Amino acid sequence: MPKKLIVDGNEIEVEDGVTLLQACEMAGAEIPRFCYHERLSIAGNCRMCLVEVEGAPKPVASCAQTVNDLRPNRDGSPNVVHTTTPTVKKAREGVMEFLLINHPLDCPICDQGGECDLQDQAMAYGIGGSRYQENKRAVEDKYIGPLIKTIMTRCIHCTRCVRYMTEIAGVEELGLAGRGEDAEITTYLENGILSEMSANVIDLCPVGALTHRPWAHHARPWELKNTESIDVMDALGSNIRVDTRGSEVMRILPRNNDAVNEEWISDKTRHVCDGLKTQRLDQPYVRKDGRLVPASWDEALGIVAEKLTATKPDRIGAIAGDLSGAEEMFALKKLLGDLGVGNIDCRAANEALDPALGRSSYLFNSTVEAIDNADAILLIGTNPRLESPVLNSRIRKRWRAGGLSVGVVGEQADLTYAYEYIGAGPGDLSKLANGDHMFAGVLRQAKTPLVIVGSGAYSRDDAPAVLALAAKVAAAASQGADAGHAVFNVLHTAAARVAGLDLGLIPADNGLDTAGMTSAAASGNLEVLYLLGADEIDMSALGSTFVIYQGTHGDAGAHRADVILPGSAYTEQSAIYVNTEGRSQMTQKAVFAPGDAKEDWAILRALSALVDKQLPFDSLPALRAELFKAAPHMQHIDEIAEVSDDGLAGLERRGGSPSNAPFVNQITNFYLTNPIARASAIMAELSELKAQKQATGQLHAAE
Amino acid sequence: MLADQDRIFKNVYGFQDWGLKGARARGAWDGTKGLIDKGHDWIIDQVKESGLRGRGGAGFPTGLKWSFMPKSDPRPSYLVINADESEPGSCKDREICRHDPHLLIEGALLASFAMRAHTCYIYFRGEFIRERERFQAAVDQAYEAKLIGKNNVHGWDFDLYVHHGAGAYICGEETALLESLEGKKGQPRLKPPFPAGCGLYGAPTTVNNVESIAVVPDILRRGATWFSSLGKPNNTGTKLFQISGHVEQPCVVEEEMGIPMRELIEKHAGGVRGGWDNLKAVIPGGSSVPCIPHTECAEITMDFDALSAAKSGLGTAAVIVMDQSTDMIKAISRIAYFYKHESCGQCTPCREGTGWMWRVMERLVKGEAEKREIDLLWDVTKQVEGHTICALGDAAAWPIQGLIRHYRHEIEARIDARQAKVGEYIEAAE
Repeated sequence: MPKKLIVDGNEIEVEDGVTLLQACEMAGAEIPRFCYHERLSIAGNCRMCLVEVEGAPKPVASCAQTVNDLRPNRDGSPNVVHTTTPTVKKAREGVMEFLLINHPLDCPICDQGGECDLQDQAMAYGIGGSRYQENKRAVEDKYIGPLIKTIMTRCIHCTRCVRYMTEIAGVEELGLAGRGEDAEITTYLENGILSEMSANVIDLCPVGALTHRPWAHHARPWELKNTESIDVMDALGSNIRVDTRGSEVMRILPRNNDAVNEEWISDKTRHVCDGLKTQRLDQPYVRKDGRLVPASWDEALGIVAEKLTATKPDRIGAIAGDLSGAEEMFALKKLLGDLGVGNIDCRAANEALDPALGRSSYLFNSTVEAIDNADAILLIGTNPRLESPVLNSRIRKRWRAGGLSVGVVGEQADLTYAYEYIGAGPGDLSKLANGDHMFAGVLRQAKTPLVIVGSGAYSRDDAPAVLALAAKVAAAASQGADAGHAVFNVLHTAAARVAGLDLGLIPADNGLDTAGMTSAAASGNLEVLYLLGADEIDMSALGSTFVIYQGTHGDAGAHRADVILPGSAYTEQSAIYVNTEGRSQMTQKAVFAPGDAKEDWAILRALSALVDKQLPFDSLPALRAELFKAAPHMQHIDEIAEVSDDGLAGLERRGGSPSNAPFVNQITNFYLTNPIARASAIMAELSELKAQKQATGQLHAAE
Repeated sequence: MLADQDRIFKNVYGFQDWGLKGARARGAWDGTKGLIDKGHDWIIDQVKESGLRGRGGAGFPTGLKWSFMPKSDPRPSYLVINADESEPGSCKDREICRHDPHLLIEGALLASFAMRAHTCYIYFRGEFIRERERFQAAVDQAYEAKLIGKNNVHGWDFDLYVHHGAGAYICGEETALLESLEGKKGQPRLKPPFPAGCGLYGAPTTVNNVESIAVVPDILRRGATWFSSLGKPNNTGTKLFQISGHVEQPCVVEEEMGIPMRELIEKHAGGVRGGWDNLKAVIPGGSSVPCIPHTECAEITMDFDALSAAKSGLGTAAVIVMDQSTDMIKAISRIAYFYKHESCGQCTPCREGTGWMWRVMERLVKGEAEKREIDLLWDVTKQVEGHTICALGDAAAWPIQGLIRHYRHEIEARIDARQAKVGEYIEAAE
């Protein structure tokens, strides 16, 4: 029942359960706060949000009281709330003074300076000076891992970080130890936090107690240029802001998008940016006498063009990698198509996904947001904590709310929520499909069940049979599900994959797929292989094939290459990525690519002219116009196109009999999944730290 | 003076048998079944009618508190008894627990029945080791005699669990106590929701002081009117007073509410050391209430309303008597240190304010301050008071406010003396 309320003289009507703080904001009153955060539980401990309620004996912490908690007035008139009275002002000034007495006034050397809640609110709600003459408290800094720098003297004990780690990240590693003025935020044993989501506490910290360690003392927030972009570290496509100074990416922060990442990003997304500066390919290289030597664009492209024209099309192949944007994949496909080459594949990990079965056969059809309403989730061959940590946190959020059953077929791991372990392999999946397992009943009775299939299930030789089983389970589950609720979901691990499948980067009839191309290369039947940022294939199996590598980093592909064409990373060009749920999103160019490196579509466009198959676009907009003809849904940025649900039947039809081999998760080292991450010193440090912890038994071996 | 037949705690000094046999001889467990047969609401009405106000310090009407408990709720209801008696000066609950435990057990059964609770927890202060052992022994006796437990003679299944705290003052705050009981860190919860709606393990809970529960059987047996005929209107019944400090015979004594303070001290505690005129101040209700200067002590009566009118409070009725030899500033500074030490650190004003107040107090003890800092200190206490999650902030602020209200001249004199001395030194050095 809506409730009437008078805030500072303005009468408003608010819904049940709204907190006083929210109600005041709706009425246009600004309420200062430190401990309150929309996505965390309410602590009510900073006392900054005190307001005056007529009839209440003392000021009320507005974040912690709902409008329903207000005692109704005897005459039935609406409750009256004041946020600007002298009492409120005095209360705020008092709290502000208390917060500042033990806070060091080291703003000039504090990395939070310029984006500090305490600084801003002290200006707005504090008194001019301090009356405190005693010695200030000093607190020892804590080591909580390589990502988070701590200056604990600055801490104001709002416990946002504690609540975040416990509630969202699901790792109970931070706490408030001690009591009174000796209370300190600490990791109990000064252990580095190793959660894939830990660095979000930096954004949550309202003061400079927890700051970005790699970024420490490097730049000031007001010196940075902000570019809104999209993350490509996993297939979720988290919304990010790339902060740059000059030609350098200084840091990456999350942007709010409730439908995708809420306001969290993984540690990899945030801290991979030092990898954008190291191991970069900044000019073309050509292999001469077994050694890669620098070359000009003309020379390199000339050699590539000669190879492509001199070789028979069926002895040429191309593989698109995990980080490629839709534009360059589209250009690659068009170019090779014009050359008559049918050996093309975007499924670098040999995923048994086929766009011919319909988009719903390879998308996260329910949408990520639907996790919030799910009542049963079945995970098949996936560890979402490593494959998409932000999505995993969303499952955890749903699980914490209660009423969610999770089942797992595949490897056992600590997912930060409880689940029923069904089994390791396809045998256990067929039990589910035949209804011989209790969890089949859970799925049948669920109104909004989700079946999430991961790369451990669809990247194996018997994947069509496995997917058929998964589709059968999903089909059975959708019988009792709400109308319009999609059950079958594919969780991709690569940002490029869905766009690649949408654009049909799969072998033409009689063409070779990724596995076919590598084995053909090994046996000498493939003479030229074009790798568009594909580093995850087995380079040692390529035999004497002439390898062209177009990409950004000196990683596996570049080491094997005969010609290197330096391209642009996701922060250096505008490109469309379609995330695992089919949402089209666009990165923006935040900085220029280093040295002579070019935008990827432009390289392919230049090459096309040299092989006399000139691509019909001279600019990115022209390319996109063509692209949108081929894949119209991509032009609707941040939208998910309607998908027919025929994919499920197609997957079921493929059938086959699966092997008994257990599902093996494809991502074993979360921190080193792509060339950018492998070039990052911070990711290497984290990977090392995790290995150490695993070796000493501080982490679950299964993780 | 309270007549002997009106006493509830007949074994408060432990001269008699604490066990079941002795308790029965003193009237405990007499006709309990008959009281239960009169129904849940009858008990609550009787307690309401008796005018019993909570004995833990705040003085909230007990019957009213019980009536907040839901009558039909799918969740279980709980009674939690607060035996975390940690307020400096207070020492009444321990006497009940070790010398008259059966009164408390019987009261727990009746109160739980009234609130439709089948389970009661009693939370003992960490330092109360012997008390807890004795009480546990009494609980075992009651179980053995089928007075409580499943299928007991009273026809209301009832389990009583004794929980031993770890000795933190804040765990005496009712919601911090619930947190601690749940195995978490003892930090007060935000209210609302109040425990009656969402308390222990998220279920309806009432937290009562030991004394509030222990007087219930006698109220029900002898009638609400008997209880309300004692004391003064709105401050009815008997109360255990604890007199400590500069008196000839410190003691715990049961007396009528509203007894004059002078009578209480002179009749039961042997008077102030060195005579009534040697009195300097009294803290009438445990360390958290403001002190009352001797000029007001002669007339004042010991009850909730009279003491709050004197800008102090009855609190737990722990009377701390201080004679003329007392350094008031130092005494209050020591109390300020206590609250600084026991602040849980959760909310800002208390965490930061208690340390600030104590540090200023320490300087005032030595006179190392400016006179304007007295006003600053007053202002700081006002910034803490009423702005915190629980009442510990208030408890830390009030003693200092009492000091400044009544002994400002002493503080100023000390500052003057110190400054004069510093002046002498400077002169001598020159």
